[in-house]
Amino acid sequence: MSSLDVNKTYKLFIGGAFPRSESGRVYEIKGANKKFLANPALASRKDLRDAVVAAKSAQSGWANATAFNRGQILYRIAEIMQGRSEQFVEEICALEGITTKAAKLQVAEAIDTWVWYSGWCDKLSSVSGSQNQVSGPFYNFTTPEALGVIALFAEGKPSLLGAVRTLAPVLAGGNSAILIASESYPLPAITLGEVIATSDVPGGVVNILTGKASELLPWVGSHMEIDGVDVAGLNKKQEDEIKLVGADNLKRISRFAPGNHPERILSFMEHKTIWHPIGI
Amino acid sequence: MSDFEYANAPESKAIANISPNYGLFIGGKFVDPKKGKSFSTINPATEELLSKVGYGDKSDIDAAVRSARAAYTKIWSKMPAKERGKYLYRIARIMQERAREFAVVETLDNGKPIRESRDTDIPLAAAHFFYHAGWADKLEYAGFGSKPKPLGVVGQIIPWNFPLLMLAWKIAPALAAGNTVVLKPAETTPLTALLFAEVCQQAGLPDGVVNIVTGDGITGAALVNHPDINKVAFTGSTEVGKAIARSISATKKTATLELGGKAANLVFEDAAVDEAVEGIINGIFFNQGHVCCAGSRLIIQENVADEVLEKLKKRMSLIRVGDPMDKNTDLGAINSKEQLNKIEEISKTGDAEGANRWSPDIKLPTKGFWYPPTIFTGVTQSHRIAREEIFGPVLSVLTFRTPAEAIEKANNTMYGLSAGIWSDKGAKVLWAAKQLKAGVIWSNTFNKFDPASPFGGYKESGWGREGGRHGLAGYLISDSKVNK
Amino acid sequence: MIIDGSEKSLRKFLSDLPPVDQVGAEARAAMLATRSIKTSSKAWAIDMAISMVDLTTLEGADTPGKVKSLCAKAVRPDQSDLTVPSVGAICVYNDMVKIARTELDRIGGKSLPVAAVATAFPSGRASLAVKKIDTQDAVDAGANEIDMVIDRGAFLSGRIYDVFEEIRVIKEICGKKAHLKVILETGELVTYDNVRKASYLAMLAGADFIKTSTGKVAPAATAPVVLVMLEAVRDYFTLTGEKIGVKPAGGIRTTKDAIKQLVLVKETAGEQWLTPDLFRIGASALLNDLLMQRMKLRTGHYASANYVTVD
Repeated sequence: MSSLDVNKTYKLFIGGAFPRSESGRVYEIKGANKKFLANPALASRKDLRDAVVAAKSAQSGWANATAFNRGQILYRIAEIMQGRSEQFVEEICALEGITTKAAKLQVAEAIDTWVWYSGWCDKLSSVSGSQNQVSGPFYNFTTPEALGVIALFAEGKPSLLGAVRTLAPVLAGGNSAILIASESYPLPAITLGEVIATSDVPGGVVNILTGKASELLPWVGSHMEIDGVDVAGLNKKQEDEIKLVGADNLKRISRFAPGNHPERILSFMEHKTIWHPIGI
Repeated sequence: MSDFEYANAPESKAIANISPNYGLFIGGKFVDPKKGKSFSTINPATEELLSKVGYGDKSDIDAAVRSARAAYTKIWSKMPAKERGKYLYRIARIMQERAREFAVVETLDNGKPIRESRDTDIPLAAAHFFYHAGWADKLEYAGFGSKPKPLGVVGQIIPWNFPLLMLAWKIAPALAAGNTVVLKPAETTPLTALLFAEVCQQAGLPDGVVNIVTGDGITGAALVNHPDINKVAFTGSTEVGKAIARSISATKKTATLELGGKAANLVFEDAAVDEAVEGIINGIFFNQGHVCCAGSRLIIQENVADEVLEKLKKRMSLIRVGDPMDKNTDLGAINSKEQLNKIEEISKTGDAEGANRWSPDIKLPTKGFWYPPTIFTGVTQSHRIAREEIFGPVLSVLTFRTPAEAIEKANNTMYGLSAGIWSDKGAKVLWAAKQLKAGVIWSNTFNKFDPASPFGGYKESGWGREGGRHGLAGYLISDSKVNK
Repeated sequence: MIIDGSEKSLRKFLSDLPPVDQVGAEARAAMLATRSIKTSSKAWAIDMAISMVDLTTLEGADTPGKVKSLCAKAVRPDQSDLTVPSVGAICVYNDMVKIARTELDRIGGKSLPVAAVATAFPSGRASLAVKKIDTQDAVDAGANEIDMVIDRGAFLSGRIYDVFEEIRVIKEICGKKAHLKVILETGELVTYDNVRKASYLAMLAGADFIKTSTGKVAPAATAPVVLVMLEAVRDYFTLTGEKIGVKPAGGIRTTKDAIKQLVLVKETAGEQWLTPDLFRIGASALLNDLLMQRMKLRTGHYASANYVTVD
């Protein structure tokens, strides 16, 4: 007789901890085969609020860590993911109904994505910054800096890669993030939270919510402590809506073409220009 | 004893050939507005009428956008980049040749001292064209992909504080990147833009590449909402900036917004005090304080506050307020009655909330719109004058005890356009520069501008940058972003 | 007393002075140079500048005859126009002091001071004993003002107390008979921080005037240097209630240059410094240009050098 499986409880990831939704709500996720998979938390606006508080308080420490240090931590995420590949492959297969081979490819690409952005941390300012030739006795230079707290609406499929390719660039730039997992395909994102929790990422830098994008969207859009949004997982109508509400604090809202690009990092950064006289 | 009063040294108005009437500049020609309406522009220093300019409405905007689209499709997007650049060089040169005329017209229409229009606005405007001319055929090296493409037709709306300079900030990069433009100048300062239209004609710029439609906020809204523009570039208030962001939220249009500010100017105990005082003066009284990046919150380390304030007050007593056309005038006229009312209204809250107002004993002219250089001491973070943009020659003074407190106060605002740091200690300057949430940090200087230096704000001070390599990004299509 | 006279207190005072930012100071000076001085204010400025000129001859080839003609010009700069004021002083080497004093007294210039460059001018490279004798000699010969040079070598090598003591000793010799002008030779001090420190050092040691240069070293009286020195006398006045004069010398050749100096004075130290008692301009060629500009203002046409005397 085989022993009964011990199923995993999928919770939120806020401030380095794994709480249930304060609302006590969950919703059912079924696999591609229509069988029950899990009851992830249905995050409320209060969970979002808590996540923003955690993200805000963690952000400056993360941004002020050396770029080298941030790069090492992102690489560490890749390392831990590699060790958990099997689990991700199983989750993806069950959820998306794709072949093991395809799921493995997705996990590999997700891991490579962390590695790629890890390497960007200490090169960004060389590529995107500048020393500007002003006409006068001044040293003038421009350098990118983190924007702050970024909300990410992850794509549904590919479920893991979709989450990683929105999250990794935002972290590389020194921002903290609130990842709102795809409503239908949330499980790999939560497991990703477990990876992050064991990867030296300071608590609060990454926060992961599961639930309904449509429910959280207006609160994300109107939250004045959220500085930017990646709308990857939103449809056109939802994107319009969040842009409208987001104008209240001039949120930087972007949608990116698939694939990895430094602009995914730079779109959530500000350029600061510093003038200083040259004299004796 | 002495009585070395400077005699009047007025710049001659003779060079300014201001026409009594101007039409709209559409398709390379001055045309009458379709509805035939016009409005007056006056000299704010004397309230004398300068000219009547055309009032553009929705149908005029439509004509201008059509003209810009046609010029984009048929001419400008097909022209070799180096030729585009040469047009910009031509424009820059003509602006330099006509610099004195531009300066006089700018001062008459805006009220700013001739010294500033002559030494700052006009030379910088020409420099912007010169700088961007060189980018036109080098865009593939700018770091935005190997085949950067323009957006198409850009709608641009500029404010009244630096009329020609803001025009240059908008038009030069747009054209260099291969876009065509429809520009709406500010209602109270349309004249140098119309003079610029003549420059476009002199330069032989193809018709429709630059269109200038004068009008008011309604004209601007018609431009923003026109379905055939690809981008909005706006400089002005945060309030209007947000409204623009809302109006384009469901469209494919992109935007760069250069909005308000409430810059902190931090003076540390080890500052070069005399130069810091000059920097404070330049920070808040340059252009009558009509500067989005003005150093309107002076935050001084408590142990040097008395010394700095004493010197500041003495220095303020030397500010020469009066006829903007006088070459020795330091502080000119407030640009409009409306703006004067706004300055008065917010300043009064300073009195009401318990701050201490001080102005030097200066006689103001009786005609025109004037406000004396003013400081408020004893200001706290919660006072309105410490939080709201006054956009006038009014400085709020606060103090701090530790560097961390200075940064905390400086960053305690929804704005993030600029900030100043005064300290002779290099490490401290860089520390503070890193902490400050602002797009432009002036350390041991203030209100310096250059075409090569990106300008723009954090937080609610706007989207994007203008100037430098970074400013080009706003006028090129990004390969890696999707605009629906 | 802002220092107690000890080396320790002097060092502390000077090291506590705020720094000067070169770019900022130069920008301020450049801005003030754009002031446009026209018509009545120009006429006023020209006469004021004439009355501030320390008419100078400091040549190895100076002769009694040359000095005497300089005296004549000092008293009545323009023989054709007696409304032209006398200059501020004449400035000569020690051995010419007696000649100058006698000549001035003879031709109606009794109130016109004679300044002597003492203390091993221009290099200052002599023993204190020699400098003392040099000064005493000039005072005895009737000098009303002593233009001493500081030991720049001592200043630059950090022996600031030696410089302070030297000025103090020379001031003692001047006593009540002669005003002491201390030449900093700013071109050799190089930085504005040094100019500020040296200005205060001289004032604390007893200088009645601080003077930029010997005229033998370039750069001399640049606008930013004068600006920094004017800030020093302004702030010293706030501190002590004592007004110290400023004398730019070297490189001021035209009326335009001179008017720029007056603008600097007005907008830095303030109008109360606009008097020959507190501001002098060390120059030789300048006077003729001032006279020609004065003629131009009076007659309305450009003047010819033929109408002003060569010396």
